[in-house]
Amino acid sequence: MATPEKIGAKRLVVGAHYGVGDFMIQRITAIIMAVYTLILLVGILMMPSFTYESWVALFTFSVGGLPLGQLLGTLAFLALSYHVWIGVRDIWMDYVKPVGIRLTLQVLTILWLIGSFVYFAVIIWGA
Amino acid sequence: MSDSATKKRPQYRNISVGQILKYRLPLAGRLSILHRVSGALMFLLLPVLILPLFAMSMSPSGFQAFAVVAGFPVVKIVFLVLIWAYLHHFCAGIRYLVLDSHHGLDKYSAQKSAGVVFGASLGLTFVFALKLFGAW
Repeated sequence: MATPEKIGAKRLVVGAHYGVGDFMIQRITAIIMAVYTLILLVGILMMPSFTYESWVALFTFSVGGLPLGQLLGTLAFLALSYHVWIGVRDIWMDYVKPVGIRLTLQVLTILWLIGSFVYFAVIIWGA
Repeated sequence: MSDSATKKRPQYRNISVGQILKYRLPLAGRLSILHRVSGALMFLLLPVLILPLFAMSMSPSGFQAFAVVAGFPVVKIVFLVLIWAYLHHFCAGIRYLVLDSHHGLDKYSAQKSAGVVFGASLGLTFVFALKLFGAW
């Protein structure tokens, strides 16, 4: 480890992030998902009747040729992926102490989430 | 002078798996652990249940089949558990955002807002249950 640089009286810099960035991202992604939930809710409430066409349109509507439904869905799922990564990573860090097992679980979590993201993208852009 | 990088921090390992159910957590503590449980559950089911169901609903034949599949009581209970997980995670998350903005941090308010979250999430889950099991 490099020689720690002392900054201020209480803190030394060891190259670690102190978690403020993740703290903020966890909240910002939460708000993005909450807003998307409300968009879907309004969309469902505005349906004249609940049919297959209106259900698909909820996620794939476009405005002036722009695939807005897919874009919003993809952005929301991106926010979800990052949010879940921070949350699940914290679970492993809290309960799994052996470094090797923890690292393995973290890698599997990332693969699980990237797989989910691709799966979602295929569903929503292919529909 | 700080020596946080070298000093071994104290660890208090007073939680044992066998005793978990005996702990008398305050309401906000139950909300907190259920926030984690509901999040983990949705994470685990995302690519193996939630997304396959979503894919199914996005095809014309799958959409038709959905009504048949959703007719089974076991499937309804699975749906209801997922709906509860989402609602609890959502409502508890809103409470955390409020707490983060330094509102309701005292013991009494925090207990009260935890009660509000349980009331809202369980109440809404009950409404979905009525709908799922065909009350109207």
